[in-house]
Amino acid sequence: MEREQARLKRKALYLRKLKRATHLLFYRRHRKPGVKGWELRKRLGSDYPKVLGLLDAYLEKLDLQVKTVFEGEKPAEKPTLEQLDRARFYITLRGGLTPKETKMSGWRIDDIAGLAIAISYIISKRGKAPRDEVEELLRDKLPGWRVDLNMDRYIRAGYLAQDENRQLYLDWRTRAEVDEKALIDLLLTAEKTEGEKAA
Amino acid sequence: MSSKRKKKKLGEEHLQRVIDLCRSVEERGLDPFLVDVNDVIGIIREYFPEWESIDEFSLDAEAINRLASVIKLQSDWVRHRSTSLYTDPFLLEEKLRKLSRKSLATLFLKSWHPIIEMEQISPHSLSEAIKYWQSLLPLRERWTKTEFLKTELGATSREELIRQQIMAEKVFTDELETLWRELRQTVGKDEKIPYWGFVGADTYEETVWRAYMTSFLVTYGYATFEVHRLEEEIFIIPFSKPRSLLGKKHVVSIPVSVSVEEWRRWRESRRD
Repeated sequence: MEREQARLKRKALYLRKLKRATHLLFYRRHRKPGVKGWELRKRLGSDYPKVLGLLDAYLEKLDLQVKTVFEGEKPAEKPTLEQLDRARFYITLRGGLTPKETKMSGWRIDDIAGLAIAISYIISKRGKAPRDEVEELLRDKLPGWRVDLNMDRYIRAGYLAQDENRQLYLDWRTRAEVDEKALIDLLLTAEKTEGEKAA
Repeated sequence: MSSKRKKKKLGEEHLQRVIDLCRSVEERGLDPFLVDVNDVIGIIREYFPEWESIDEFSLDAEAINRLASVIKLQSDWVRHRSTSLYTDPFLLEEKLRKLSRKSLATLFLKSWHPIIEMEQISPHSLSEAIKYWQSLLPLRERWTKTEFLKTELGATSREELIRQQIMAEKVFTDELETLWRELRQTVGKDEKIPYWGFVGADTYEETVWRAYMTSFLVTYGYATFEVHRLEEEIFIIPFSKPRSLLGKKHVVSIPVSVSVEEWRRWRESRRD
């Protein structure tokens, strides 16, 4: 009986923490979306990784996920609490969007193709590429007047960052939203398929 | 030009070229393997024995520093190449050129997981906003507080300003100079006067006022104190012209007690 009561008490506690975590992660609190690990620890307690795990499992049914973006490179092994505290947590879509659904994001198909080109080119250049080179590549598929506008739009949205030497980098939103490895793999496979078709 | 100086000049030019090359690799994102590290180390080593001045050693240090940055870039390049993310940029560029916009967008959508965020107002902030709204005064009430009263323009007199206590009956400096003249007249040929001899007055209020003004006479350089510590006597010595002592010599504060008891003692001693 006592064990049952303790179990119910623990369940109620985690339900409360789940609600609090949902509020923290869904509602934008700062200029950028997402919540830092230390903020979650402050609001949810030191067991916040467990709460996030429960929330992630719950969100799976809704095709959503809790995405962790580490400072620097993703740790090869299980992340330490210190690494988690410095990481940023977001709620993102778990699966991909269909072309029809992209209308919801407010981006045209050209804009998305341009973003794909810019991101994958920068990845292939080890995370840094001159803006002129990326623009030249975009001009191959987009009208010239749109290229500059689109590049500025990607920068404003946080997908790309530019330094004083007009070098482009991947910015916070790309790290949070884009599965870089999957993108490169898909591009490589797709080329083969289209090539086969042409043959 | 001696052969040593020639070699030094040549060495400086070589190092500067190395620095420029490394900098362009770093800043323009060029291939870090354009820099032959062994070759550069050979140049640095060759000219090192020639350096004597601080400028020459600084140039040498900068070349080493730039080379170290390039070695780091080379190391990053090798690490990146060993990861699963590595793709030959030329190969990828070709692929990006071949694929249609639609195919590119469709592929990107499969690896794109947009952030979900809500910017709507939350129930908590809504209730806070309602509380704020309820306590907020209507504009007409708030604006009346900042309205200005219209008054007729007109001239005022000195007497009116004194009556409204905007202006004192006597300007402070006038009062100070009147007291200074009085001090000089009272002292006469004696050069100095005991403190209580000048400050003491028929009423205690006037005594306090005179002591207060005397402290300004001393502070502003119209007079000075002569303190006889053993006899516990203080004398006031007026100057013929005000002197500014601030910053010229060590200025000290002298506390002088002007209590009612002391004023009474002074008054009784005067009667005796």
